[in-house]
Amino acid sequence: MTAPGPSANPAGPVGQSVARADGPLKLSGQAEFTGDLRVPGMLYGAILHSPVAHARIKSVDVAAAEKADGVAAVLTAGDLSDLDPYYGHALRDRPVVALGKVRFLGEPVAVVAAGSQAAADAAVARIDVEYDELPVAAGLDAALRPGAPLVHEKRARPGSAHGLGDLPDADGNVCYSYSFRRGDLGRAFDDAAVVVEGEYTFPAVYQYSMETHTTIAHWQGGELTLWSSCQHPFLVRQEIAVLFGLPLDQVRIIVPFLGGGFGSKSYTKMEPLTAAIARKAGRPVRILNAVHESMITTRRHNMTARMRTAAAADGTLLGRVAEAWLDTGAYADNGPRVTATAGDAAPGPYRWQAVQVAAHCVYTNTGPAGSYRAFGATHLQWIGESQVDEVARRLGLDRLEIRRKNLLRPGEEVRPGGKPLDADLIGDVEKAAAAIGWHEPPAPARPAKLRGKGVSVGLLAAGAHPVSTATVRMGPDGSVTVLVGTTELGQGARTVMAQIAAGVLQADVARVVVRGTDTRYTPYDRSTGASRSTTVAGLAVQRAAQDVLNSLLETAAARLEAPPQLLTPAAGGIRDAGGRTMTHAELVRARFGFDGGELLGHGRVQPEGGSGSYAEGPVFWEVCIAGAEVEVDTETGVVTVLRTSTVADVGKAINPQLVARQDEGATLQGLGNALFEEMVFAPDGALLNDTLLSYRIPAFRDIPAAMSCSIVENGDGPGPFGAKGCGEGALAAVPAAIVNALADAGVPMNTLPLTPERVWRRLQELKIS
Amino acid sequence: MSERISATVNGARFEGEVPPQELLLDFLRDRLGLTGAKQSCEVQVCGVCTVLVDGDPVSSCCYLAADIDGREVETIEGLAGSDFHRRAADAFMRHAAVQCGFCTSGMLLTAKALAARGLRGGRDEIATAMSGNLCRCTGYVSILDSLAELLGETP
Repeated sequence: MTAPGPSANPAGPVGQSVARADGPLKLSGQAEFTGDLRVPGMLYGAILHSPVAHARIKSVDVAAAEKADGVAAVLTAGDLSDLDPYYGHALRDRPVVALGKVRFLGEPVAVVAAGSQAAADAAVARIDVEYDELPVAAGLDAALRPGAPLVHEKRARPGSAHGLGDLPDADGNVCYSYSFRRGDLGRAFDDAAVVVEGEYTFPAVYQYSMETHTTIAHWQGGELTLWSSCQHPFLVRQEIAVLFGLPLDQVRIIVPFLGGGFGSKSYTKMEPLTAAIARKAGRPVRILNAVHESMITTRRHNMTARMRTAAAADGTLLGRVAEAWLDTGAYADNGPRVTATAGDAAPGPYRWQAVQVAAHCVYTNTGPAGSYRAFGATHLQWIGESQVDEVARRLGLDRLEIRRKNLLRPGEEVRPGGKPLDADLIGDVEKAAAAIGWHEPPAPARPAKLRGKGVSVGLLAAGAHPVSTATVRMGPDGSVTVLVGTTELGQGARTVMAQIAAGVLQADVARVVVRGTDTRYTPYDRSTGASRSTTVAGLAVQRAAQDVLNSLLETAAARLEAPPQLLTPAAGGIRDAGGRTMTHAELVRARFGFDGGELLGHGRVQPEGGSGSYAEGPVFWEVCIAGAEVEVDTETGVVTVLRTSTVADVGKAINPQLVARQDEGATLQGLGNALFEEMVFAPDGALLNDTLLSYRIPAFRDIPAAMSCSIVENGDGPGPFGAKGCGEGALAAVPAAIVNALADAGVPMNTLPLTPERVWRRLQELKIS
Repeated sequence: MSERISATVNGARFEGEVPPQELLLDFLRDRLGLTGAKQSCEVQVCGVCTVLVDGDPVSSCCYLAADIDGREVETIEGLAGSDFHRRAADAFMRHAAVQCGFCTSGMLLTAKALAARGLRGGRDEIATAMSGNLCRCTGYVSILDSLAELLGETP
């Protein structure tokens, strides 16, 4: 890795690999996650899951369960008749528990709260439900064919964070479509010397944050407190307030440490159901998902796509047509946004004469699909990039050269009306190629092994909606507390926010404290996702710290009788031109006249010069660039990734070591997505591999022999100190680089993951042995 | 019905009754308040519930509390403060080998057992020996760097 180790000297912390602030707590087992908390009087919840994928509910009998030992309450849809019991931030399509019918196998039908988990689990088995089964549409083919059973009979209402413009009319099971067309497509394809086309399949994938979704709900005096493993507490607060008819300030969301998120804990998940059973029980209730329950709470969209790419004889890319169908399961969750982002990723970062893209979000009778790191881009990048490679192969061009010729340059338009490109893609991809030895002579041939190399380039619309606020407090001892709504899910946000505040104030970073969100006291932050924390929330922190610094400068000017323009922040204080210094503590005490008081600074980020809508975005383009070298065993079909390289084009690395760690984690997830991760659904909608025994994620043994991450700092980001976000791009880029490397070895593939069986069958088709 | 057990947990004596079906993980977390061992896969794959029983790493999600009778249990709360923990924490901090932290306790306890067995191998051997501990955040490289350094120092 190119990143240096943590700095021993925390002075001037921005750009230093400051050690993680939460490291000591996590290394000693003291870090508190939601599942570690015990609220006095807390009950344990258990969920009755539907055993069928699509059925009308004829009756639910909970009498025996209610009488079971230790049971305090049993919740069914009948308990929600005083509410409009639907939620969903994009489409308000999901009832808190199944209402009238079930739409996927595993959908919550009833919830038990009892004095122990064992008692709750036992009581669930005593609930009697009669189902009237309906035809099942358990995948894209089944949901899209003429006469397919409708998962939802009625058109869904837009949710409160829909943000994607007018909803088109529902069309069968298609709940949302995103499309655009520009240029003269007919001419682009007529002029082509080569046209590459194909059909592609991408699997459903489980995010697997090791901490499963966990929520505790507690009603007191009509107010609701939720401790929850959620990435977006303020959006959860909003949905819960609407659902239960409460003012925002009577819903309080407290977020302990998260045991990973990766998008799986974005938006609202188990909170409505937990709040509803706690309301009925009149006592706090905890719901802690098992892995098989989290797997049907959210997943990555599986997808089928068609794409055609046209190019001139000299390698100039002319036109591209793409259409994709994303399986969002029984409820939309974040499917519409995933679909739009997939559509935006379809052209790739190239200069086209004409493009036409359509992406469709499709309801099926399977578990709901939502966000997973680099959504949309991961779905489309491997397809578009494999077609660019195929164009190069057919024209006899170098695969780097075709990218140099066609890649967008800084300032060029990516999406009409949207933000122009803010990155040096050509420089970045050359780095990725060099790191895997692009120009090295091929390794000596080995029996039954083929090797290949590939690179990939893409862009991810990042930053989400640019609204964040932050408060910085400085006490009379000079200690600094940053209140910011970013969720620490492992990425190191608390450390980076402390560095940003300390950098502005020139304070010792060890004296800056950042804790988890409590929506009652923490200022609003839209969400923790879309690689936005450093860029957007970090900018709010920078501004809040500057606000405190301005107060310090004002006091120092008066006390030192010096003009403010000759004062500078310096090592824990303010210094004048003559070298006289007042410490932060001295300045705060001087301002208030005693050993008390507190300086408060506020920072705000809001859409500037626009509405902040999706069409005008993104906040920045996250670069998705990787290289890979693979070896395939022609006798077994086993693909081994030998080398990977990623490029973190971050504008400014606030903490280079943490940037590298983000890329390493995303690389291994990308490797899993590419090689073996796949949720398998039976035609009846049952998830067949719902444990870690049958759903494998990368382990220590899967690390490529060489992994490298290049950090690029061009200061071209909109965030603090020129920073822009990172952490997702590698997950989109690595599978694409692996697919391209395998094609370079002679085995082009149109279906992920690249399991040995699938690759072996392809080798037979290609008559390679 | 319950079983009477006598065991040592982090150096402290435990004498009492446990239900025969109670899992060690639940016993540690719910009864003793030792929440450093985490629950995730529940099928002995992920390693976040790893604790040491008589020095051997076990998945406490698939181990009966009654079976610690007459044995010594060590959890992260017991390991913390030891010389091994100080050196391990130092390596993990320098390599930024902690992200969400959910897997960290299990990683450290397995590493302690490997050190006690005198594992001195290279990165390949360490990777194989650690295959019962999963991490979804780090991509493993930083943990492997930390362990290679740590186990390299072990006499």
